[in-house]
Amino acid sequence: MDALIEYSPSLLAGAWVTLKVAILSLLLAVSTGLFGAACKLSKIAPLRWWTALYTTVVRGVPDLVMMLLVFYGGQVLLNQVSDRLEWEMIELNAFAAGVLTIGFIFGAYFTETFRGAFQAVPVGQMEAGRAYGMSGWQVFWRILFPQMLRYALPGMGNNWLVLLKSTAIVSMIGLSDMTWLADQAGRTTHQPFAFYLAVCVLYLAMTSVSNAVFQRLERRYNVGVREANV
Amino acid sequence: MTHKASKELLRVEDLHKQYGDNEVLKGVSLTANSGDVISIIGSSGSGKSTWLRCINFLEQPTSGRIIVAGEEVKLLPGSKDALKVADPKQLQKIRTRLSMVFQHFNLWGHMTVLQNIIEAPIHVLGLSKKEAMERAERYLERVGVWKFRDTYPAHMSGGQQQRVAIARALAMEPEALLFDEPTSALDPELVGEVLKVMRSIAEEGRTMLVVTHEMGFAREVANHVVFVHQGRVEEEGDPREVLTRPNSERLQQFLSGNLK
Amino acid sequence: MEWFDLTVVTGSLPEFWRGLWMTLQLTAIALVVGFAFAVPLSIARVSKNPWMSAPVRAYTYFFRGTPMLVQLLLVYYGVGQSEWIQGMWETGNPFWLLFRDAYFCALVAFSLNTCAYQLEMFAGAIRNTPHGEVEAATAMGMTRATALRRIILPSALRRALPPLSNEVILMLQGSAIASAVTLVDLTGAARNVYSRHYAPFEAFIFAGLLYLAVTFILVGLFRVAENRWLAHLQPRRSASAQKD
Repeated sequence: MDALIEYSPSLLAGAWVTLKVAILSLLLAVSTGLFGAACKLSKIAPLRWWTALYTTVVRGVPDLVMMLLVFYGGQVLLNQVSDRLEWEMIELNAFAAGVLTIGFIFGAYFTETFRGAFQAVPVGQMEAGRAYGMSGWQVFWRILFPQMLRYALPGMGNNWLVLLKSTAIVSMIGLSDMTWLADQAGRTTHQPFAFYLAVCVLYLAMTSVSNAVFQRLERRYNVGVREANV
Repeated sequence: MTHKASKELLRVEDLHKQYGDNEVLKGVSLTANSGDVISIIGSSGSGKSTWLRCINFLEQPTSGRIIVAGEEVKLLPGSKDALKVADPKQLQKIRTRLSMVFQHFNLWGHMTVLQNIIEAPIHVLGLSKKEAMERAERYLERVGVWKFRDTYPAHMSGGQQQRVAIARALAMEPEALLFDEPTSALDPELVGEVLKVMRSIAEEGRTMLVVTHEMGFAREVANHVVFVHQGRVEEEGDPREVLTRPNSERLQQFLSGNLK
Repeated sequence: MEWFDLTVVTGSLPEFWRGLWMTLQLTAIALVVGFAFAVPLSIARVSKNPWMSAPVRAYTYFFRGTPMLVQLLLVYYGVGQSEWIQGMWETGNPFWLLFRDAYFCALVAFSLNTCAYQLEMFAGAIRNTPHGEVEAATAMGMTRATALRRIILPSALRRALPPLSNEVILMLQGSAIASAVTLVDLTGAARNVYSRHYAPFEAFIFAGLLYLAVTFILVGLFRVAENRWLAHLQPRRSASAQKD
């Protein structure tokens, strides 16, 4: 127990790293997802096919394998590029590799979430907008997007929770997130159990807070609806 | 019924619409003068809704001319089945002069009644919030739903929603109002309240184009009725004559299937 | 420097196959063990008796709210920390000695994890059983146990097929963390090949393709299963298409 208290500052620092990775990955994933959903719904067939390829590959390959590919392979690529351009060696740090990989992976999940949400908004809503003389951009921003978010929120919440937990694998490429720090501390103090348990508690705290936040968001966006959509 | 000088507000000339091999509209025309209430009737699949939706270009006509208050909508050849609008800004303007009331209301679900009414006046017509709110209050009162102004559409009955939709259409102060089967999606008990509102705005002298199954409305409120069959105008005229002594056999059949 | 050296892959094929085999074993065994426990536990989960449902709820809360990697580390390193267990090891107790084995520990952790997810799926499916079906069973005099066995469970398990198929895929990919405790599964094999040849693209892309291939096969199998067992929930085709 004392060991836990002694190491708590570094554990919390690790938790902060975990959170940073998760939030930055989320931003990347959401933007990728919006773009991907637009591609999937576009009339241009190649855009649809490439996006379908993207989502298929992401769901068929383990996160860890992708991360190793990005981390080790990315370094090789960067070395080649900096050699060719005669720059100094650029290092791909584990943080960047982690965020890029997780953001890329969950971009696929958000693509599906947003695509379904866009399609769930009744066509009549947009027709009314057009019939009243709104421009395409106005219809998108004032009618389609706000209503799409209502349908997307449950999926977004789920994706976030999965994303948050998946950040633990960045510890396997040496990033000092809380899993990695627990590992180190456990080895040093010969009390791995306590530290891993502490990490579990921290994850549970994060998921509980996230659940509360998403519930509030859903309530706010569902204000115009009689019942929640399954 | 109307004492305004008869100004031509809307003219449709020889409108054709086809989807691939299926020609839904085979050359229909009409003229609406100020104060006219035109009822378009016909069986399902006759093309009457498509006609209305071509007027404000929710569907793209294959050929024909559309003239709103003397201004012709400029069109260019597009794909095989559909003309293209030459000037999107002109289309936007034209649409603001023709408000539409939909079969399924199409009120924007994430906005309150009040927000629904002021949305287009502010963001399309460019009115100030104050002006838009004045219009909103006037028309919501007019239609009898002012008390719902802070309610969301999902918490209202169909009849209430459709009346709000009519107020939304009126708030744009259009030249003409287009009604696409406004009562077809309503429970029978709620049809009456919507028809009452429609009748009262007709009596005000509004120009209305109403696609409907409600023969009572056509007979008592409209001053012109158009019977559409398989994409063509079979018969048209004063409802008091056309509906009681139809000339065409098909209209007779249609009306007898419509015993009220 | 060539872009992609196929000989790296072809030269290490046996290693990859061994790794793939390990991955398939871990995934399959964990799923089956998890399933075996999830079915009874799901019944406890939907029980109105708080003494039955609360512990199960706590269990799923923990195992679904934390990363599987941490659960694995907890089992592998954490269990071995206990002096009591170390004492057991001294005595050569065969059961507890298993916990020194990374393979066993991975199976325990994966099974506990997938059991929690499967349990919640089944519980949800049981709760979603159309109330009328249960009423009919009761009206015909079935006891709760019989109704459970003959009506509710078969119906619920079929309804849980889509999320279950998703869980199988997730488990396949989740198993990649086994290399964190020195197991040489497919990902572990890829890492070895990488570090031997410094060929990250060859090693990890090939491993990725293998995972992808297995995923496709599983998805195909599940589609067949859904067509067969969920046919009763699909909209009716024409009467002439009905057999028996």
